Amino acid sequence: MKNNNILLFILFFASVVVGCKRTIEERHTMYEPLNPTNIDANAGDWKPVVLNAANEFPLAAPTSTSIAVYNRELTEIKGFQATLTAEQRASIQYWSAGAVLRWNEILRELVAKRNLPPVNNPDGTYPVPSAANPFGYPEFPFANPPYAARAYAYVSVAQYDALVAAFYYKRLYNRAAPHTVDTNIKPLVPATNLPSYPSEDAVVAAVSVEMLKLLFPADIAYIQQKADEHMLSRIMAGMNTRSDIEAGVQIARQVAAKVIARAATDNMSRAIGTPAQWAELETQTAATGEIPWISQELPKRPPMLPFFGKVKPFLFDSLTTIAIRPIAPPSVKSQKFKEELEEVRYYAKNATRQQIAIVHFWADGVGTYTPPGHWNAIAADDFVKLRFSEVRWARNLALLNMAGMDAAITCWDTKTFYFNPRPTQVDPSIKTQTGLPNFPAYTSGHSTFSGAAATILGHIVPARAAAYNGMAKEASESRIYGAIHYRSDCEVGLAQGVKVGNFAINRAQSDGAN
Amino acid sequence: MKNIFGQALKRIAMSTAFVVMTIYLHAQTDMDALMMAKNNFCTGFMYGNSSWKNYWEGTLKRDNQNLGTVSSQMIGIMGNYGIKDNLNLLFSVPYISNSASAGTLINRQGIQDLTLTLKWMPIETTIGKADFAVYALGSYSMPLTNYVKDYLPLSIGLGSKNVMARLMADYQLGNFFTTASAAFFSRSNVTIDRTAYYTTRMHYTDQVEMPNMANFNFRTGYRSGKGYAEAIVDIMQTNGGFDISRNNMPFLSNQMNATRIGLGFKYNFGKVEGLSAVGNAMYTVAGRNMGQATSINAGVFYILDFTRSSNNKTDSDEK
Repeated sequence: MKNNNILLFILFFASVVVGCKRTIEERHTMYEPLNPTNIDANAGDWKPVVLNAANEFPLAAPTSTSIAVYNRELTEIKGFQATLTAEQRASIQYWSAGAVLRWNEILRELVAKRNLPPVNNPDGTYPVPSAANPFGYPEFPFANPPYAARAYAYVSVAQYDALVAAFYYKRLYNRAAPHTVDTNIKPLVPATNLPSYPSEDAVVAAVSVEMLKLLFPADIAYIQQKADEHMLSRIMAGMNTRSDIEAGVQIARQVAAKVIARAATDNMSRAIGTPAQWAELETQTAATGEIPWISQELPKRPPMLPFFGKVKPFLFDSLTTIAIRPIAPPSVKSQKFKEELEEVRYYAKNATRQQIAIVHFWADGVGTYTPPGHWNAIAADDFVKLRFSEVRWARNLALLNMAGMDAAITCWDTKTFYFNPRPTQVDPSIKTQTGLPNFPAYTSGHSTFSGAAATILGHIVPARAAAYNGMAKEASESRIYGAIHYRSDCEVGLAQGVKVGNFAINRAQSDGAN
Repeated sequence: MKNIFGQALKRIAMSTAFVVMTIYLHAQTDMDALMMAKNNFCTGFMYGNSSWKNYWEGTLKRDNQNLGTVSSQMIGIMGNYGIKDNLNLLFSVPYISNSASAGTLINRQGIQDLTLTLKWMPIETTIGKADFAVYALGSYSMPLTNYVKDYLPLSIGLGSKNVMARLMADYQLGNFFTTASAAFFSRSNVTIDRTAYYTTRMHYTDQVEMPNMANFNFRTGYRSGKGYAEAIVDIMQTNGGFDISRNNMPFLSNQMNATRIGLGFKYNFGKVEGLSAVGNAMYTVAGRNMGQATSINAGVFYILDFTRSSNNKTDSDEK
């Protein structure tokens, strides 16, 4: 009996030390190498967003593939391929899933890392992150939802415009890929007959670096390292020579400069406002007889980017932002308001476990990639199955992310214009299932983002349209279950999002890619 | 019996200190050097209360006006059955309720994890005039309900299935005793309600890998047939995990460490055979990604004797 005990304990101790099985397979590590069904060879004819024309910036013709200088570039590739390490092969494999895809993932990661509200100062005020001093606390940026929506849009637009330019020159110069020129070079990723000059991967990497230097300056070392790995992976894979890469970098930087010039003048710098302006928002709403929004944080935090509604949209103009602003939310004195508040109270007390799971699935709050990032992740998981070309990936994400940014603009315009209170402000006994956002309730940002994203994604992937609409509705209602929004916020926000999505569809129908 | 109590206590400490409770709970199950005699069953209730205002965000100690004071209350049922004089089976099930005094986050409460522990005393001998014993413990715990895990610091548990192995030595000279033990915890992955999260990088999965944990426990005091009084030092550490970033929320796989000190007692009511009361108070002196919790716990236990000759109602080591 004693021996049995000993055996039992030895077995148990051994199992503890060995531990539980812990392998976790993450979705983004399982993407197949990109092998587009259509290389979109004529994407140089598509309509760019910021560029006036695909050839707005010149790119010199490449050298002939029959001269010595080119030959030496081929030798570099053969040198890599003769001595590839496991790490280099892994890098080739990783980047082969798609340049636009991987840089979109990197951007989502940076947003999640930087989506942290600054701690208050000892005197109860809040410091503002400064792009001029990105490493000092609070580090720049605080990548909150409007900031993130704008970042996703600018990066995607720059990638798209740069790729349209690149595809223009690819067709013009029609330089063959190294693995085609020299049969001793093996294509280590799926090969197509897309011309290789300039390198589409270098274009995406370099334009992303330039945009991210602007948007996430504290992470530039990490970003540059990723770009270097990316471009080298394409040389090692036999897809590009060094001059293909360099041409890609050159055209990308010119395009990025023009996109950055737009960003510099889009009114983002004034989105945060001043204490006098914040006070005025309260006064304005109080003057209408309604209850103005007050921060529920301690100490009271200024509203998140209250003048983001004045940022210049991509899909319509700023006058349209005002013209499409939804009508006022139900007055706090109205019966409808009382009923909606009662509904919030109900969910605060009675949300089911399933409803709480929905709240948390869509919460996308502090420390996450935000709702626009969530929709990028949803889009990416679907796009990988559809085998888009790089330029179509960029075009589709640009449409999605322009819709996301413009949804943020119209939503924040509405929030600031009506400046109405959250349910927890009106009834402090209400507790929330997730973090309470620090800005007015009407309309719901999640609903607006989701309506816009589902609408444009349904246009891009018609077979999934119903699924996207279902997700958007769930995301929208999650905010009622979470007791942070009234039903009007969500329903009107969702409808407003659809409106923005339709602007994106209008563009999609006339950009030459449909 | 005290072990049972300890179990409860640990639970509590855990729950408040960013819900390391599951772990704590294990850690506590075992930590005293007392065995139930064969065929005796000791059972009872524990109540615990723990709270903190300050916490460690990584290594930075801070408070948070949007949480105020975070409190945890526990009611637990525990039992310890003597399979043999030197082999006991223990169980515990706590109900936990967590709340924050400020901010808008909703309270969480519910039944947490079931823990089953085998406690074995392979060596019981004397060294000179002193008694010396070695114990080996193994436990398994699992959530009994689908409680919300990804809601720290108010989640009632971390949601992992855990196995624990502990080695413990006890030395008693006259009425003075010292017990020291070390334990290792292996924790399963946890499934959360979202399909992507950021730690120090982005993860595209709803699975969270939980780092291993270790516990070191030292207690010393006076022990007699009437019970005991002891001083306790307890060190819980996570082997891996990451720090909460500045002004972020805590996460399941943070590196949660805590060093706690405290006092404990047990009193056997002589008038009612088999009835005892236990209690302790613990204070967190150092930590990482944990609340600086102060906790008190109290419980009442009763021994049922299933042997024919029913005059054996004590912990065997206290006789």
